[in-house]
Amino acid sequence: MGELRLMKGNEVIAEAAIRCGCDAYFGYPITPQSEVMETLMDREPWNETGMVVLQAESEIASIHMIYGAAASGKKVITSSSSPGISLMAEGISYIAGAELPCVIVNVSRGGPGLGTIQPSQADYFQSTKGGGHGDYRLIVLAPSSVQETNDFVELGFKLAFKYRNPAMILTDGVIGQMMEKVVLADYIPRLTDEEINEKYGSWATNGRKANRQRNIITSLEMDSVKMENNNLRFQEKFAQMEEEDVMFEEIQCEDADYLLVAFGSSSRICQKAVDLAREKGIKVGLLRPITLFPFPKKPIAVLAKKVKGILVVEMNAGQMVEDVQLAAGCAIPVKHFGRMGGVIPSPGEVVAALEQKLIGG
Amino acid sequence: MTEELIIAGFGGQGVLSMGKILAYSGVMADQEVSWFPSYGPEMRGGTANVTVILSENRISSPVLNEYDTAIILNQQSMDKFEHMVKPGGVLIYDPNGIIHPPKRADINIYKIEGTLIAAELGNVKTFNMVVLGAYLKAKPVVKMESVEKGLQKSLPTRHHYLIPMNLEAVQKGFESLELLQAV
Repeated sequence: MGELRLMKGNEVIAEAAIRCGCDAYFGYPITPQSEVMETLMDREPWNETGMVVLQAESEIASIHMIYGAAASGKKVITSSSSPGISLMAEGISYIAGAELPCVIVNVSRGGPGLGTIQPSQADYFQSTKGGGHGDYRLIVLAPSSVQETNDFVELGFKLAFKYRNPAMILTDGVIGQMMEKVVLADYIPRLTDEEINEKYGSWATNGRKANRQRNIITSLEMDSVKMENNNLRFQEKFAQMEEEDVMFEEIQCEDADYLLVAFGSSSRICQKAVDLAREKGIKVGLLRPITLFPFPKKPIAVLAKKVKGILVVEMNAGQMVEDVQLAAGCAIPVKHFGRMGGVIPSPGEVVAALEQKLIGG
Repeated sequence: MTEELIIAGFGGQGVLSMGKILAYSGVMADQEVSWFPSYGPEMRGGTANVTVILSENRISSPVLNEYDTAIILNQQSMDKFEHMVKPGGVLIYDPNGIIHPPKRADINIYKIEGTLIAAELGNVKTFNMVVLGAYLKAKPVVKMESVEKGLQKSLPTRHHYLIPMNLEAVQKGFESLELLQAV
């Protein structure tokens, strides 16, 4: 068993990156995720594992450093918060178009615009349905604890390399700023140049060897038929993700009359709401999507046949609720409850919303 | 058993570090813990608060709207959190700077002269440890030895020579808690 620590969600991202053999971090500070780079600078991993940590001049520069480093087959990570991710959107689309693996962390805050520095989940659409231009998808992991934040750094890299597609860890100011117990992973050594060549030599631009074709990394294709073929290949990857890599958790769903659906920090609040509602005699369960893309459509469709109604709880104006409605169909009511702009809903408010929007209505 | 606690006061009083030491003490006693701070524009002189949960079971929400215990160290926090204590719960406050004392009749109310005691101890920075000691008298959620281990774990080694002084402050606080109202 690994080392037990009490850490913030943001700090553990840095620690997990070092321990999973990450080659480089490029980023730019922004609240509420600044502890990621602060922890890295404090840890000085360049002395320990050789990992590069660089504060770029902007988010736009960081994401393009990620693009370049990922092209050479390196394991690279960046982090930011909502407005910073918007700045990165162009680069993310290019990385997806060029089919490169990397991990992007969004410790999201209230928007739109500069918004607020308080927690929010209003970047669900941006993370799961675009953000940048073109038909691409990110693999989106939504941790609900400091332990999961730790675990998802390595998982994010695994999935990113499996599909040669960027993976996003979508957390928020609650998960990023809170401290919980966490069991750290053991160190995985960084890959050597020879190992990178062996594993990723078929695509990585890591120096052309005499006996190999030239590898070209680009998202540009002037021939529309070839570009359509590229897109078809991307769509096959996304379909494979939906087939093989959906993750979710069900809590007290077996006998539930009503279902809450929530991700990340909202799902923690909803766990408490489930307990409070059950104390009042209302049988409520919680389904927590862990991968926001690929989205757990099937388990929601199955539960939709058993319950009387679904309440989707998000710290936004109603984003994931659209995916839940698509998965659940029209037979039962699917309602939304949310707070916006950095306000965190309380467990009591969730129970009141459940009573008002589903049970009473 | 689960203890849901809010510590609220001015930035600079050591509210967040008190919560952190308590959380570490819980870890040392093999409990589940969560520590969620107010963050952002808070700074010395502004308000600061932290929600700490200690439990034998998996902790659900780190964000709460009612608390088993509230430790209140300034008037703004009294105004904000007095009504959020669960009926039958505990409110501990330092009267220094409090203009309107708590009025609730359905909760246990304690007083700790933390500011005075810390001044008497000769180091005003031990204020938060005095309050921690008082809290542990009212709610013995962790043992004193776990607090010592928690201090060792949460303080950088260069500050370890300060641990005896901090433990003395915890002890003094433990002895100085006054019960004002029991329900």
